[in-house]
Amino acid sequence: MSRQINRLGQGGAIDRSRTLSFSFDGARYEGHPGDTLASALLANDVRIVGRSFKYHRPRGVMSAGVEEGGALITTGSGARRTPNVRATTLELFDGLDTYGQNAWPSVRFDLNALNGLLARFFSAGFYYKTFMGPGRGTWAWMQYEKIIRRAAGMGEASREPDPDSYEIAHAHCDVLVVGSGPAGLEAARVAAEAGLHVILAEQDFAVAPSLLSETEGIGDEAPADWRAARLKALQAAGNVQIMPRTTVFGLYDGGVAGLAERVTDHLADPSPHLPRERFWILRTRRTIVATGALERSVAFGNNDRPGIMLANAARIYANRFGVAAGRRAIVATNNDSGYHSALDMAAAGVDVARILDVRERASDDFAARARAAGIEIMTNCVPVEAAARGTIGKLQIGRRSGATIRADEWLDCDLVAVSGGWTPVVNLLSHRGARPVYDESLATFLPGECAEPIRVAGSAAGVWRSEDCAQSGRAAGAAAARDLGKSALDEQAPAPGGWDRPIHPLWEVRVKGRKLRSFVDPQHDVKTDDIRLAHQEGYVSVEHLKRYTTLGMASDQGKVGNVIGLALMAKATGKTIAETGTTMFRPPYTPVSLGALAGRGCDEHFRATRYTPMHDWNMEHGAVMIDAGLWKRPWYFPAPGEDLTAAYERETAKVRETVGLCDVTSLGKIAVQGPDAAEFLNRVYVNGFGKLPVGRARYGIMLRDDGIVMDDGTTWRLSDSDFFMTTTTANAAKVMGFLEELLETRWPDLRVRVTTVSEQWAGLAVAGPKARQVLEAAVEDIDMSSEAFPFMGVREGHIGGAPCRVARISFSGEMAWEAYVPSDYGAAMCDAVWQAAEPLGGILYGTEALGALRIEKGHVAGPELDGRTTLEDLHLDRMASTKKPFIGNVLRKRPGLMTDDRPQLVGIVPKDRTRRLYAGALLHAPDRLSGHGEGWVTSVTYSPELGHWIGLGLIRGGVEAWSGKTAIHADPVRSGNTEVEITATHFIDPDGSRMHA
Amino acid sequence: MLRIPCPFCGERDHTEFSYGGDAGVDYPQIDSTDEKAWYEAVFLRENPRGPHKELWQHNYGCRMWIVVERDTMTHEIFSAEPAHPGVKAQLEKEAAK
Ligand SMILES: [Zn+2]
Repeated sequence: MSRQINRLGQGGAIDRSRTLSFSFDGARYEGHPGDTLASALLANDVRIVGRSFKYHRPRGVMSAGVEEGGALITTGSGARRTPNVRATTLELFDGLDTYGQNAWPSVRFDLNALNGLLARFFSAGFYYKTFMGPGRGTWAWMQYEKIIRRAAGMGEASREPDPDSYEIAHAHCDVLVVGSGPAGLEAARVAAEAGLHVILAEQDFAVAPSLLSETEGIGDEAPADWRAARLKALQAAGNVQIMPRTTVFGLYDGGVAGLAERVTDHLADPSPHLPRERFWILRTRRTIVATGALERSVAFGNNDRPGIMLANAARIYANRFGVAAGRRAIVATNNDSGYHSALDMAAAGVDVARILDVRERASDDFAARARAAGIEIMTNCVPVEAAARGTIGKLQIGRRSGATIRADEWLDCDLVAVSGGWTPVVNLLSHRGARPVYDESLATFLPGECAEPIRVAGSAAGVWRSEDCAQSGRAAGAAAARDLGKSALDEQAPAPGGWDRPIHPLWEVRVKGRKLRSFVDPQHDVKTDDIRLAHQEGYVSVEHLKRYTTLGMASDQGKVGNVIGLALMAKATGKTIAETGTTMFRPPYTPVSLGALAGRGCDEHFRATRYTPMHDWNMEHGAVMIDAGLWKRPWYFPAPGEDLTAAYERETAKVRETVGLCDVTSLGKIAVQGPDAAEFLNRVYVNGFGKLPVGRARYGIMLRDDGIVMDDGTTWRLSDSDFFMTTTTANAAKVMGFLEELLETRWPDLRVRVTTVSEQWAGLAVAGPKARQVLEAAVEDIDMSSEAFPFMGVREGHIGGAPCRVARISFSGEMAWEAYVPSDYGAAMCDAVWQAAEPLGGILYGTEALGALRIEKGHVAGPELDGRTTLEDLHLDRMASTKKPFIGNVLRKRPGLMTDDRPQLVGIVPKDRTRRLYAGALLHAPDRLSGHGEGWVTSVTYSPELGHWIGLGLIRGGVEAWSGKTAIHADPVRSGNTEVEITATHFIDPDGSRMHA
Repeated sequence: MLRIPCPFCGERDHTEFSYGGDAGVDYPQIDSTDEKAWYEAVFLRENPRGPHKELWQHNYGCRMWIVVERDTMTHEIFSAEPAHPGVKAQLEKEAAK
């Protein structure tokens, strides 16, 4: 166990009374509540925490926030192993186990660092040049892939299923305030005081984290007192919901925001009832973006070495975490803000050796304070190159004269704190299409115009001083309140800026004759030379530059490096930064776990499950279920020892021999009611329904507007103005929506109402030669005789005491009825009918036998109604009425749909009757086995009746073109080629004598 | 995510609705045998940039078909009214009271 040798004697928003134990790469360390992993590692003097992506250069902590490009680590193990976690935002807890990544055997001794010697192979465009050249791409990739994949990878994700649960939550508010710095706190306060419901989201685990490292007062108040007073007021307000550990990762249309809340990651022993993360879908009326600004670095030699970090990060480690990020520091800056870091570190006891200020003159106030603290200021000076063995040991400084830099002396140090200026976090506005605008005098991008009710406040708007940020927040909160009809104070937003002396833009330090390795994107190892190389090779667009060099494509998405890359590209092309443009940021702002986006929609909860009212009854009677769309339907009812094949063959045979019962509840059912219902059906179906008598059913087919078959089913006439329509299971919702559309948009004059009643009625098919006998016993008050109840008749009565409607219709080709009772009586109906059927040798059958029966009979179903087939293709054209218009009647006659050589519905039988058929196989002419063939097989089954396999399919020219010829059923993956005969589709009882019996 | 102000249910997520295409299509009368008119109504669509009247059905709400005017560039929604002219007239009458 190491001591926390870099922990300062006092200060910081950490709980020093408690100690937390954690591990990094197997070694145990201690930290305190309030630490991040990064602050705790620095406290323990662990300075090398990772290796870079391509060159495996050592990486240390470079920032103190979400922009981190160096300290990426892996947490947890087994199924909970999470790679690429930013140590700078990871909240420390007792028992946290972490690992360095992208290195072997360890981050301190990484053999792959030799990659650095092969740097020329990894320069910009390496992948493009090597793998996208003519003719060599695949070969080269095969050669290099294994080596590169192993060497150029970051952490590795677990391959096991995620054991944690996640939630999707929904919320509404009047004002969403993103970020809880001085601007966010004031915006929330003002909006809340106006009576609005406010959500204040903070990505950090501490609310108002920036104020924990701030030392400049706001007004007369010390930052800590100001923060405490504001938080207390917000917590007491009652209409402000403060959400820490919650990142607003994206803004979307219509005031919708995506928030990711980390619920249990910081807990050592979370309750199993809590989700790990929540994905909040928030609808807000107004949004205030108070997301702050990110400090930029400066590119100089070896600026990626551990011990070099952003100036404000060093300040945060000192002030918020009570950690000295180094013992002998050099601060390099081009603006006023670096002086805060120097002064605060000095106050905390760090030896600040120098302030290098590239400007000619520092601000008088800061210069005086630095002198008072004993810090030497070197103006017109810049960092040139770091000398490092692992971590930094020396820094060479350069002296500026105009635009020229001359390298000068080396200074000892173990920390270089760099400030290259600040970039407002405008990512969320960018999500809404508002491009940032470059401001020359502030050397920064400011938020662009946004047409939506989104306001930007604080340093996200380029306002640098805390006091001004607070005012900016008040102005934004008040404006949002006034927008929403509330009265609020009329405060002006301050102008961007706020430093004593202007910034001197500095993107890269170059010294004539010196070859420096200066990094722009430390995570992806993109160097300043790579940007220039991309320009030499003809890239001028920023979007292309990004893809060619991979700048900004790492997990930090260019938060620190993008602006530098842009400035260098501008310089190379001789344009201004404004002319060069900027890349658009897209959601998410920081990575969001896929688990959170999925929420509970996993496994069986991926989609809804629909159970028929007879589900339990079916299960009790031995059903094996299958998914049919959302429905669970009985697949087959195996007798002891039977598999699927044995069961469905038996069920199919038994239906033809005695009687079978099948749950058909999943069919779509629509009540079509009103004085014009018959006329409506006449227009919708290709065949006539106007003269359908009450008490009769009719099989109908409907087309789409373009003349292609949409759906089929039977419709029963219960009274003059009351019809009961059934649709296929798959198309129930589509047909319903189409009928509603027709009635509301095209034929609003028709007096018709359609109501979906699929859930209201439980349906049972009773089919087979003994079906009449069964129903005579089960149905209480309907005459089932052939004379009284003819084919396609509809009657109402009772089954098992429940009211029922029964139609004599057949899908199997046997004598058959479909009976419907109100859903709650479904099981009672089954009991009553089964009681009558079982003693007669009847069986229960599932969808597999249902399919076999309809294929034997040659009935079309989903595989044939595939959205491409016409009435003619399916030999159903004789059903089309010539006496009335109907949907699709004009366009179905388009010449291309009426040719004789279109694929048409046929029956298929293997010439060798012992061979089986496969749905999806292609049908070829024997002399042309290549290509897409002449047709395809749609449905197959073994036919117990015929004793061999049969199929349905579509083949060019239909049975006329193929009678007497052999076709080849080509199924290279499963069965090879099989010779088949093309036949008519009615394999059994072609004249229908059975179902009319 | 779009937020669609259903005239019957109020403002809802667009995931409750399904898209029904251009609301400006003039379908021929059902007894029209004019092939060209049917062809144009079924297949030809403008692809405007800017305001566009389109049909949506509120599947997971009132199930009504509504006409939504939406900017295809910005996704801003300007209006939403019942597609059924009689229902629309009735709503307007009640609103005027
Ligand atoms: Zn609605």
